[in-house]
Amino acid sequence: MSTVVDDGRQSFRPSMLLYDTRYRSLTIQVVAAILIALGMSWLLWNVVQNLAAQGKDFSFGFLGQRAGYDINQQLIDYNSNSSHARAALVGILNTLLVAFLGCVLATILGVIAGVLRLSNNWLVARMMTVYVEGFRNVPLLLWIIAIFALMAEGMPQPRDFREGGDASMVLDSVAITNRGIYLPMPVWGPGSGVLLAVFAASLAAIWAFRRYAHKRQEATGEILPVLGVSLALFFLPAIVFYFILGGPVSLSYPELKGFNFGGGLHLRNSLIALWLALSLYTGAFIAEIVRGGILAISKGQSEAAFALGLRPRRTMSLVVLPQALRVIIPPLISQYLNLTKNSSLAIAVGYMDARATLGGITINQTGRELEGMFLLGLFYLVLSLLISGVMNIYNASIKLKER
Amino acid sequence: MIKSVFLGTFAAAGLAAGVAGAATLDDVKANDVLKCGISTGLAGFSAPDANGVWQGFDVAVCRAVAAAVLGDSNKIEFVPLTTQTRFTALGSGEIDLLSRNTTWTFTRDVDLKQTFVGVNYYDGQGFMIRKDMGVGSATELDGATVCIQTGTTTELNLSDYFRVNNMDYDPVPIETNNEAIQQYQAGACDVYTTDASGLAATRATFEDAEAHMILPEIISKEPLGPVVRHGDDQWADIVRWTLNALIAAEEYGVTSANLEKMAEGTDNPEINRLLGNEGNLGEMLGLDAEFARRAIAVAGNYGEIFASNIGEGTPIGLARGLNAQWTQGGLMYSPPFR
Ligand SMILES: N[C@@H](CCC(=O)N[C@@H](CS)C(=O)NCC(=O)O)C(=O)O
Repeated sequence: MSTVVDDGRQSFRPSMLLYDTRYRSLTIQVVAAILIALGMSWLLWNVVQNLAAQGKDFSFGFLGQRAGYDINQQLIDYNSNSSHARAALVGILNTLLVAFLGCVLATILGVIAGVLRLSNNWLVARMMTVYVEGFRNVPLLLWIIAIFALMAEGMPQPRDFREGGDASMVLDSVAITNRGIYLPMPVWGPGSGVLLAVFAASLAAIWAFRRYAHKRQEATGEILPVLGVSLALFFLPAIVFYFILGGPVSLSYPELKGFNFGGGLHLRNSLIALWLALSLYTGAFIAEIVRGGILAISKGQSEAAFALGLRPRRTMSLVVLPQALRVIIPPLISQYLNLTKNSSLAIAVGYMDARATLGGITINQTGRELEGMFLLGLFYLVLSLLISGVMNIYNASIKLKER
Repeated sequence: MIKSVFLGTFAAAGLAAGVAGAATLDDVKANDVLKCGISTGLAGFSAPDANGVWQGFDVAVCRAVAAAVLGDSNKIEFVPLTTQTRFTALGSGEIDLLSRNTTWTFTRDVDLKQTFVGVNYYDGQGFMIRKDMGVGSATELDGATVCIQTGTTTELNLSDYFRVNNMDYDPVPIETNNEAIQQYQAGACDVYTTDASGLAATRATFEDAEAHMILPEIISKEPLGPVVRHGDDQWADIVRWTLNALIAAEEYGVTSANLEKMAEGTDNPEINRLLGNEGNLGEMLGLDAEFARRAIAVAGNYGEIFASNIGEGTPIGLARGLNAQWTQGGLMYSPPFR
């Protein structure tokens, strides 16, 4: 017994590491791991050496220092006495804002264009083809700059709105200028909290009603008027309570004051250009994904639905789209990720996103390129992982439930 | 065995990195070209002429250094840099010298580890606005939309100035001077603010220059000068004393017209040392005796460079002001060549 084991040990020769299939893959993996580790440590070593040669260290202390610069679009309180960390946060929120607005609009545009491209109406289908091909095949950067230039060069200046000037506000409440668009902004007076609560309750009621209607249809086959009831629930309670509470929400209108408009909501050129360009561009890709998703569902499915007497719209929403979604969602995730990362093209129009604050001015004023870029990379990584995580959960929820 | 390979690689990488960080002079000589960082375009300071050759007051510093070190003022690779990319480009070795309206500040010198070798233009930050806006002073700018270049001292000064004066403004951040001109001319901002010299240069390129004015307030000190990487004293000395040679030449009356003659020897020992007739100043720098002579030969002394690029005879029309020689009541003062 023991001799057998001894034999096995003695028969091991170093060359077996290469020629014996039992060991070979292990050998390759160990060698590869060592090479990668060497490469990484070489890079790291070089960084440390070069930093030392320049007399710099690696530290995040700068985040706590006074930023000293102003940011024109702030979703949270910020002034030049705030810290660099706060400035980074302002930029991050601006990135999130444009990414969110962009994803929403791109999805709406994409779904509409994708469905209409399959329309039987020749003109509509061709128009959508022109949209898709036009936006997909021209670099995003050009669209951003084109829209920005159109706004800056083509729109009137605020001072043209003065008495005797040749520009005037749309409906006396919206000013389209070469510095952006000024809109009336709701002012939340006392009691508006109640109104918001009522509105939230309406939304919950709509959701509950749709569920109930669905269950009932499954059980009895009876169809309830979902759309009408939903619309009524959406508007009526809020309007009734608005008057009961004595109009707690009022609008603040933009007004020309000195150099610029004051009051109201200011959508900057940079935001508009970036938002529209990102949405139109990504929308064109989403349109193709939606079209592909719909075409992937075999024709037999709709024919079967028609044979059962379902009308075309119901066939689309009950039979085709639920199945198409499974094909659409995974590539859609990539498009959302692309849009989010492409938002860093904000640099072209001076939109103050995370790249511009943390990855731009802060780096420049503190000389912390390495640390700043590291944090910026980390931010985009975490954001992308979050988006794909959420979308994957959604994807799992609409997966074919097999028994 | 693996251990020693590991350590060996470490040591080699460390050595390589260490060597790359040192002697800029050797690198420049080995490449036979000076990599000089300049701005992306500012008339009179650094802008390509009709033949695509870079010209200007800041470019002249690059040319003088190239002549001093390589003996040829055209052996330069110009690298146009924005305000945001300039320091990274210098720190990473992409350029050997930065000559691009860069303000010498405490943080840049001490914390960002740049070495400022001197000042070639004493400036301050100003505001430019259309005359028909009816504004006569910067204190009337409350609520204005202001175009600024990001990554500059400009944006920090602006923030301080408006805060201290209890005024509001709306900053429009911009990457380059050319973009700023576009935005300003389209009226997307009411005011453009940067170094007053930059404003004058920018205004000079406008077709309707008369319709714009520079407000009287100068809100900061902006000593602009060439910058080199931290940690290479010899290279810093070379650039510093090349600049000083141009300034000293003006003080002693050495011009492009009389350079040849003066180089044959004068009865002023300071001039003789400057032009390499006496002593061995050039060798001490690691160059040859005639380095300053070659630098001055490119485009003349500091005063001549000033006059031909941005002086009162040019469309930019800047007066010498603070940039006159100390003997004329200005701040230009070269330490002695001794
Ligand atoms: N001196 C300031 C400001 C420098 C600056 O913004 N310079 C402008 C105009 S004076 C410039 O170089 N523009 C040319 C370009 O954009 O490349 C600094 O060093 O931060």
